[in-house]
Amino acid sequence: MPDAAKPDATTQDPVRLLDEHGARTASDRYDPLIADLDDHALAGLYEDMVLIRRIDAEGMALQRQGELALWPPLLGQEAAQIGLGRALRSDDFVFSSYREHGVAYCRGVAPVDLLRVWRGVSVSGWDPFEAGMASPQVIIGAQALHATGYAMGIQNDRERDPATPDSVAVACFGDGAMSEGDVNEAMVFAATYQAPVVFFCQNNQYAISEPVSLQTRVPLADRPAGFGIPSARVDGNDVLAVTAVVREALERARGGGGPGFIEAVTYRMGPHTTADDPTRYRDPAELELWSARDPIQRLRAHLESRGAFGPELEESVAARADQVAAELRAGCIAMPDPDALEVFADVYAEPHAELDRQRADYARYLGGFVS
Amino acid sequence: MTELTMAKAINAGLRAALAADEKVLLMGEDIGTLGGVFRVTEGLKAEFGEGRVLDTPLAESGIVGTAIGLAMRGYRPVCEVQFDGFIYPGFDQITSQLAKLTYRHEGSQSFPVVIRVPYGGHIGAVEHHQESPEAYFAHTAGLRSISPATPHDAYWMIQDAIASNDPVMYFEPKSRYQRRGEVDLENRGAAMHESRVVREGTEVTLVGHGAMVAVLLQAADIAAEEGTSVEVIDLRSLSPIDYEPILASVQKTGRLVVAQEAPGNVSVGSEVAATIAERAFYSLEAPVLRVSGYDTPFPPAKLEGVYLPDADRVLEAVDRSLAY
Ligand SMILES: Cc1ncc(C[n+]2csc(CCOP(=O)(O)OP(=O)(O)O)c2C)c(N)n1
Ligand SMILES: [Mg+2]
Repeated sequence: MPDAAKPDATTQDPVRLLDEHGARTASDRYDPLIADLDDHALAGLYEDMVLIRRIDAEGMALQRQGELALWPPLLGQEAAQIGLGRALRSDDFVFSSYREHGVAYCRGVAPVDLLRVWRGVSVSGWDPFEAGMASPQVIIGAQALHATGYAMGIQNDRERDPATPDSVAVACFGDGAMSEGDVNEAMVFAATYQAPVVFFCQNNQYAISEPVSLQTRVPLADRPAGFGIPSARVDGNDVLAVTAVVREALERARGGGGPGFIEAVTYRMGPHTTADDPTRYRDPAELELWSARDPIQRLRAHLESRGAFGPELEESVAARADQVAAELRAGCIAMPDPDALEVFADVYAEPHAELDRQRADYARYLGGFVS
Repeated sequence: MTELTMAKAINAGLRAALAADEKVLLMGEDIGTLGGVFRVTEGLKAEFGEGRVLDTPLAESGIVGTAIGLAMRGYRPVCEVQFDGFIYPGFDQITSQLAKLTYRHEGSQSFPVVIRVPYGGHIGAVEHHQESPEAYFAHTAGLRSISPATPHDAYWMIQDAIASNDPVMYFEPKSRYQRRGEVDLENRGAAMHESRVVREGTEVTLVGHGAMVAVLLQAADIAAEEGTSVEVIDLRSLSPIDYEPILASVQKTGRLVVAQEAPGNVSVGSEVAATIAERAFYSLEAPVLRVSGYDTPFPPAKLEGVYLPDADRVLEAVDRSLAY
């Protein structure tokens, strides 16, 4: 057996508009795409990132305290998720994996709804059509095809009725998902039909314990070219760069330019989930390296350099984070357990006599205990 | 005799197989450096090297499909599917390829591939992590499907599976991974295709597999306290099913309850029920009854206690059987 592939998959320089100290680097291509981001908008992105980090920390804590069955943390991936989430329009539609709490937050999902699935009270947390975001996907990569099909639907609708909004579908998945057939088939379909879909791959360097080098010998962003899909590699810890690159792909898709692919290079600072122990496979030096690239610190430093970060902003954001965390905790603990007969609900859209019989049998069985 | 958890017993069985035959390979996601998400393969990469214990890319069709090619080169791959619900991206390679290749080769080539599948509920996990998909595979000709209920059987049956020249689906009841039990490292006991009486009784026969066996034994204890003598049979092999011990038992008791975590519709339990009704009709004093997961998706964790048959639901069926 050959040695597992161990190339450096991060050789191609990602798009970066903020350096690690928050200094702005100029770009003819991307600057116009974020020209509207004034102090106020930047402060908004800062607040979003701080809040979602706090929500995430609360998710971890609630799991440790036995209130949640599991929690997959996004720590370290705030800029990638907020950058994407805030670049979208309300009529766009996101198909995500289990880790995109930040994207869901931007879609207007109430923080407590992010917890439902992980508390084990339901299999979905929110109404997908209200949020413009499907229920999180656990099967790695499956959602990439759903996003592509949804985009084909947008395209068909627009052909029949040009007044249809030029919405875009977005598929979020990880570096590991790039190996699954579904993701590769999605890219084939998207390219064939030139569907308005953006593939947003957060390369957080790991698929549970497996480093990205086990999935690929080339930067992930190099692969879409083989499918005929334009691709960008972006510093996923730079919220400005993510915003610019996502907006570019969205505009191209809206204008009939077909699919796009974005690899957001970032790092999973926490465990894969609360059930994981990353000390078994990860060098602590790596964590240190990536701590220095913290996405929130970087935007904060940038705001400071613009003279747009003061105690007032810091305190108001901190107070808001405290409030959101407290509400989240209270909402989680108050979440009622589902009724036993919910097991039989919503399995089919049409009546199903045999299942009705099973439900009635079970109700009778339960009744037997009460009497 | 050694006391081991089921996870450690499978680990020991895999180690023995790796040591005995250099053509045995382990393949799967996170099985090497991490030792698997359930630590079943812990230490094996360090001991046998990354050429024998392969952390694979994240692709189940890829894992099974390449295992088939490796088998054609004389290897005996043992694939791990991380959780029951993640087997389906590999379904085509298992059912349309692996299962049919001996037939397609008119017997000239065998395909000794083992697929290890942690399965079943009782762990309070999210969607796709608690399913019992064994019926799909038991339904597919060309595959053998087995499931141990104890550390002892886990240790021996994984070695039997690897030694078999047929593809074997090895279903590991993950809720039992951390349960300890005596493992006799010298004497193997029943072969992998045999079903076995694990508790003798005279009035009702209970049949189940995997984690359900412990529930049946618990039900039998409660029944005994209430004065009912229950016989329990561990199916062990889901395809082919070894009917002789069940037929012998039903000839004695006249009553049969079949239990499983999987949904009842078109399931392993249904097959047992139908076959016993066919072959032991005149011995039966009551209809064969099934206790199973409902014909619904596996529910959210808070409802798993509703879905999964427990001793009470088994005993309710025992009472119904006795009431005929
Ligand atoms: C089809 C399938 N196989 C395996 C798994 C188990 N699993 C859950 S998450 C994961 C790693 C995913 O890594 P990546 O795509 O990089 O996403 P990340 O977790 O890093 O966000 C694996 C193997 C799964 N959920 N689905
Ligand atoms: Mg990853």
